[in-house]
Amino acid sequence: MNADDARTLLRTTLHQIAPEADLDDVGPDETLQEALDLDSIDVLNLVVGLHDATGVDIPERDYPQLTTVEGCVAYLVAATGGPATS
Amino acid sequence: MHREEIHHAPRTGDALPVMADYDEARATFTWEAARAELDGLPGGAGLNMAHEAVDRHAASSRRDKVALRCLRRDGTRTDVTYGELAEASSRFANTLDDLGVGVGDRVFVLMPRSPELFAVALGTLKHRSVLCPLFSAFGPEPIRQRLELGSGTALVTTPFLVRHKVAPIRDRLPGLAHVLVARGEGEAVRDLPEGTLDLAALTAGAAPTYEIGPTDPEDMALLHFTSGTTGTPKGAVHVHGAVVSHRATGRMALDLHPDDVFWCTADPGWVTGISYGVVAPLVLGVTSVVDEAEFDAERWYGILESEGVTVWYTSPTALRMLMRAGPEVARAHDLSRLRFVASVGEPLNPEVVVWGQEVLGVPVHDNWWQTETGGIMIANYACMDIRPGSMGRPLPGIEATVLLRDDDGAVVIGGDGTAVEAPPGTEGELALRPGWPSMFRGYLGEDERYRACFAGVWYLSGDLVRRDGDGYFWFVGRGDDVIKSAGHLIGPFEVESTLLEHPAVAEAGVIGVPDPVAGEVVEAAVTLRSGFEPSDELRLDLLGFARRRLGAAVAPRTITFDAHLPHTGSGKIMRRVLKARALGLPEGDTSTLEPSS
Repeated sequence: MNADDARTLLRTTLHQIAPEADLDDVGPDETLQEALDLDSIDVLNLVVGLHDATGVDIPERDYPQLTTVEGCVAYLVAATGGPATS
Repeated sequence: MHREEIHHAPRTGDALPVMADYDEARATFTWEAARAELDGLPGGAGLNMAHEAVDRHAASSRRDKVALRCLRRDGTRTDVTYGELAEASSRFANTLDDLGVGVGDRVFVLMPRSPELFAVALGTLKHRSVLCPLFSAFGPEPIRQRLELGSGTALVTTPFLVRHKVAPIRDRLPGLAHVLVARGEGEAVRDLPEGTLDLAALTAGAAPTYEIGPTDPEDMALLHFTSGTTGTPKGAVHVHGAVVSHRATGRMALDLHPDDVFWCTADPGWVTGISYGVVAPLVLGVTSVVDEAEFDAERWYGILESEGVTVWYTSPTALRMLMRAGPEVARAHDLSRLRFVASVGEPLNPEVVVWGQEVLGVPVHDNWWQTETGGIMIANYACMDIRPGSMGRPLPGIEATVLLRDDDGAVVIGGDGTAVEAPPGTEGELALRPGWPSMFRGYLGEDERYRACFAGVWYLSGDLVRRDGDGYFWFVGRGDDVIKSAGHLIGPFEVESTLLEHPAVAEAGVIGVPDPVAGEVVEAAVTLRSGFEPSDELRLDLLGFARRRLGAAVAPRTITFDAHLPHTGSGKIMRRVLKARALGLPEGDTSTLEPSS
């Protein structure tokens, strides 16, 4: 998937967990959790949701890479084999 | 479903338990002797929590000892010594004087885990104002309600939290005279939200010394809000004398030694974060780790290793999240300094106790207490064999029992007019005989609800338990509809009331459903008003509506539509039946609703 796909997936997954949250409110240096007032159960549900949607296993040690929007997008792009070439 | 006992077996080189023998300690312990271990204010001016926590050490050879090791989100570390903390808290006490905040006035704190939080909490106690902690994952509505019920005079928070949570409700809080904000790095004074005061500027201009006024041990020190099945949150009143319990239980139940590095992961917005995150470790003069960041498995193991944590007090939810992360994350770290691990918040399943032994190298010691008791009441001890799944045995100085309940959930009163105790193995309500110093003294302004907590000489905890033949207590379930999720108590009524504010909702029933990580999670079933149809869009709208008002920690995780909520004859929603439906159990049989231990 490419970066746009990843961003859309993040947005739709987040919407199911925290419909009041808007990704556009998260500054580039801010963490999703803090800027959107998520708790640790939300974060866990978000990771599980991303896994369910992509089939990508996201081990706990990789969670720190998923704290920001850009980090999350980059991780999903890389983990799904990068942007489609076709 | 008893698992094998885990035998108490100290490792070579480990400090011996503070309490060497449980039965002997129970036979000899007195609260009078525990009180004598404290300093008291100079000149016999009483007993003040903050004096015992900091000033006492600052005036001793421990002045330069590190009291707090504060870790920022970015990993930078600030050490605060007992001497520095004494000064910082005195500055805040003087700031309260300067603002005209009075003795007994309520000072609310809604802050991240930071050095400033400790200075504010202890400064408030020095000033003999009443400290009321709030949880920063609350939404605006729980914050407003608590500030109003507690008649908050001052609120100390951050610019971010003011913008997100306080600004929308401030005009409904006319009694809130002062909102002080702790600026983060990079936040300029000119950017402060309107109507707020700069905490740093105020404290910088205040004197670093403060003489604590006479403090009666019965003076109100802390106001902790907790939730019941019905009605508004209840403000449990605790007094300065509770510090006697904090010290004694920190030693007996957490095995704190003077040289320990202690990490209590509870947020200071809850009672555990104050009793054992702030007061107990400071009174005992240990070094505490304070982490500003939220849960992260890698980070947490890293902290245990790099800070050399020896005693760790955390929650079953956090431990289950670590379990979920897999043992390899733990194995990458040297956890050999860890000597004692304890857990509180919701029942600890036996698997976690055993996992601790295998992965952390030490078993997890569950213990039990609640907002009202102010301190640990029942525990597994360093000196005692653990029965995995049991909350342990009552602390020395604590008398606990199990009282029989009738079919309506009321305590059975015998022919002699006293409550009937249940024989071993029989389920009943966990009850305690008041007399320990940190017992709450009332619910603020709600005498009737306070009196309803007692049956004769016994305080009724609301938790259902049974006691085995050796005096170990086993949690069975809540005796009411209060939900225990991720270590927090959530009142279904608060959540239902908020959902009812949505124009589409005619009725709402809120229950806790079992969750492998959080113990329970909040689930709501709603009946829609005529003219509204169930849809995914409406479901998400309701979810967002509730989360915006209540915050992630209190709002439902799931919402379902139910056109026929079950009612009693008098029209009350039967949450038990709702729970049976949610779990796919026969609705007539609610006996299996509680998780067995």
